[in-house]
Amino acid sequence: MKEPGQIAEEFHEIVGAGNVLTEPADLIPYGFDGTAALRARPSVVVLPGSTAEVAACVRLAAENDIPVTTRGSGTGLSGGSVPPPGGLVLCLVRMNRVIEVDARNLTLRAECGAITAKVDEAAREHGLFYPPDPGSMKISTIGGNVAENSGGLRGLKYGVTRDYVMGMEVVLPDGKIARLGNGCVKDVAGYSMKDLFVGSEGSLGIITEVLLKVLPVPEARRTLLAAFPNLEDAAETVSAIIAAKIIPCTLEFLDQMTIRCVEDFAGIGLPTDCAALLLMETDGHPAAVADEAEKMAQIAGEHGAVEVTTAKDEEESLRLASARRSAFSALARVRPTTILEDVTVPRTHLAEMVSFIAELAEKHQLTVGTFGHMGDGNLHPTFLTDERDKEEMERVHLALDAIVEKTLELGGTITGEHGIGMAKKAWLRQQLGEASYDLMKLVKTALDPKGQLNPGKIFD
Amino acid sequence: MHCGMCLPTCPTYDATLRERHSPRGRISLMRAIAEDELPLDQAFADEMDYCLGCLACQSACPAGVDYAELFETSRAEIESAGIQKGVVRGFWRWLTLEQLFMKPRLLRFVGKGLRFYQVSGVESLLRWIGLVKLLPKNFRRLEPQAPRMSVRFSNELIEEVESPVGEKKHRVAMLTGCVQDLAYAEINRDTVDVLVANGCEVHTPPVQPCCGSIHAHNGEEEMARENARRLLDLLPPDSFDAIISNAGGCGSHLRHFAKLLPNDERAKEWDAKVRDVHEFLTEVKVRPPTEAPFEREVKVTYHDSCHLAHGQKVVLQPRAVIDLIPGLMRVDLAESDWCCGSAGVYSLTQPEQSGLLLERKAGHIRTSQAEILLTANPGCHLQIQNAMPELRILHPVSLLAKAYRNEC
Ligand SMILES: Cc1cc2nc3c(=O)[nH]c(=O)nc-3n(C[C@H](O)[C@H](O)[C@H](O)COP(=O)(O)OP(=O)(O)OC[C@H]3O[C@@H](n4cnc5c(N)ncnc54)[C@H](O)[C@@H]3O)c2cc1C
Ligand code: SF4
Repeated sequence: MKEPGQIAEEFHEIVGAGNVLTEPADLIPYGFDGTAALRARPSVVVLPGSTAEVAACVRLAAENDIPVTTRGSGTGLSGGSVPPPGGLVLCLVRMNRVIEVDARNLTLRAECGAITAKVDEAAREHGLFYPPDPGSMKISTIGGNVAENSGGLRGLKYGVTRDYVMGMEVVLPDGKIARLGNGCVKDVAGYSMKDLFVGSEGSLGIITEVLLKVLPVPEARRTLLAAFPNLEDAAETVSAIIAAKIIPCTLEFLDQMTIRCVEDFAGIGLPTDCAALLLMETDGHPAAVADEAEKMAQIAGEHGAVEVTTAKDEEESLRLASARRSAFSALARVRPTTILEDVTVPRTHLAEMVSFIAELAEKHQLTVGTFGHMGDGNLHPTFLTDERDKEEMERVHLALDAIVEKTLELGGTITGEHGIGMAKKAWLRQQLGEASYDLMKLVKTALDPKGQLNPGKIFD
Repeated sequence: MHCGMCLPTCPTYDATLRERHSPRGRISLMRAIAEDELPLDQAFADEMDYCLGCLACQSACPAGVDYAELFETSRAEIESAGIQKGVVRGFWRWLTLEQLFMKPRLLRFVGKGLRFYQVSGVESLLRWIGLVKLLPKNFRRLEPQAPRMSVRFSNELIEEVESPVGEKKHRVAMLTGCVQDLAYAEINRDTVDVLVANGCEVHTPPVQPCCGSIHAHNGEEEMARENARRLLDLLPPDSFDAIISNAGGCGSHLRHFAKLLPNDERAKEWDAKVRDVHEFLTEVKVRPPTEAPFEREVKVTYHDSCHLAHGQKVVLQPRAVIDLIPGLMRVDLAESDWCCGSAGVYSLTQPEQSGLLLERKAGHIRTSQAEILLTANPGCHLQIQNAMPELRILHPVSLLAKAYRNEC
């Protein structure tokens, strides 16, 4: 075993001295991601600048049996980029170039550390856009998005990150560099290996470059806001819209607690006295947009909406979407600790799930704010609590367990978009069942037999 | 909460891409110190020195984290722990914080000296002989940044009480500021003109204590408190409808006296009555001028002072005031609320990072092709003027005053 100091020296040689951090004040800020209450201090943070440097770092770490935790911007919500104590963090934010937009093939190539919003901006310069728009898009990295298979506000119509990944370059646990997928719309040459790495949470390889699909910017869009006197009506509206064969791009939900926090931050005049809000958006051909917007407003009205308003211009639409994106962080205004869930159920069970959460909070005397991508059946009930209060935390855990039980009973999943990381490990086997869980583990051991990459995530 | 939404708005994170140099990173260090995981040492002091305190993170933070308070408390802790030693630093802090900005008469006296130095030609002579090079290094850095002194200070330009001609609608107090008074006293004159033109009886005591923002910002809480007390004595808030500030940097501190002096009842009322001048003008429905300030249409753009935009959330009002003035074409400035690098004494303590930000700002101003840059903070004014000596920089209120004057 080499001395830590000597290993740091060797990393210097690969990435340059300024890009290896070993002082406590430099390391502490890499000990957490966006998840509450998960923390550990790494022993070294390395910031490589190219795929070759990533590969060399991974090899050096493997030779010295140092586990590698990959990190983008650390906005993950399941502890995926939190290192094991004393581990190595490979932070990829320096590799942040958008390399090329190919408007003829509708593709975009970017380095893994490119910020999601910048990827979208680069596409927009060509009249194109990159649809997955997670709430964190102003700072999350595209590599992090791929590793978590992130969703966004437009998921209902446009799908999630996976639907846009055409190819990638990955550094494997032994330091080899592999290119997966390609720029072809169709490709059945063997297994779809790229898909294995989408959502792999840094546990199978390090994604260093991605080739993404981009789309032409729709001609028109319209944003509506519907206010409801209770949660169930909002959920029913979502089901009714989908049953009416309308596929809007956005159907986002906010409950009253969330509305108040968001309004407190954004001050854009949201109705803080209603029990629930639906943010609805349709885009496409102007005629279709007008028609769909009208139908959605009508359906909302028939299902109890007390008020439906239409954003008057593009600017107001953007303001509404950006207010919705701040929901999770804004909830932190209420109590010091925010623990958020990411359960997803088939859309027909939404109303049931929403009432279940409300009753549960009441039963355990907990404060909860719920928001989410309702069109995707993906809810984020967020417990507003205080990690220092042991007794309350116990009740929070009871409630979390109950939510998982209910989700699985309804045929749902414990995580729609934030990943297993460390936060959801305990429930994975229960959701998957033995055979499926073992198969997943088999893949991990086949690719990373020594457990070099992101140990302690997804599996114990 | 460590969501990271503040990261893309932080100039030092943007420049370095190191978590430590981000608001989220700095807060994690504060927390580590509070939990005894990290000593309160030079590394932390350096980090807090590197922070501009521009508060862009505060506008971005959905969770409402009060970074300004964390920042000032940290700097105060660092000072009281006595980590940052050094004779030169000690001397500068003593001179600026304990002397100049505690003693308004002394500050004006020094200002007069500088005025003499600049006006008398001694300055050009010295520069020419190259004598300036003999000055200590820090002073040399400071020297070209020393503001052009106003030809006359506020007390020479403004009567203690000025009343409107017609109906008196509001009784307001006017804060002249320290740097504003020394370098841009005519902006104070313009502010009073505009207030009077909008029905205000304006009270401007000739000698005013510093607001204490520079002390609070540099970890000297007791001195900040002393200045706050002196201001409350001089301008009891119950005698006025509003207390007007026209300097972004002061205003943001002026609104938080209650935090500094929790037991002083007057402080709460003071906080509630402090108004940035643009904010006040829009609240009282400022009278649109009927004349344009210039004979032809002029392209202008507006740079947000950090402490006005992020510290006080006054963003729309200055623009609204500008848009009321005929004969101006206001164009948007890219990254208008990104710090220009002035940040109090930052341009002295961190010249490199400050220079990068200034260059970035200057680039955007050039691209905007505006003939006049409007901004409402003397620090930004000085900093940008240093980089762009050819550029005409004005306070929005000065343009408004000019337009009113053209009416007669
Ligand atoms: C306010 C807020 C809102 C959010 N909204 C959404 C939302 O709407 N939808 C959504 O899906 N998520 C959302 N998230 C969660 C989070 O932003 C996403 O998971 C995001 O993709 C993480 O990106 P990152 O760059 O921060 O990755 P990190 O947090 O640094 O890492 C996440 C995981 O990916 C791995 N990883 C990172 N980069 C790579 C790489 N190049 N190669 C291999 N593995 C890698 C890490 O090891 C870790 O396991 C939100 C988070 C916050 C704080
Ligand atoms: S300071 Fe605010 S924006 Fe920054 S990480 Fe903390 S909660 Fe998020």
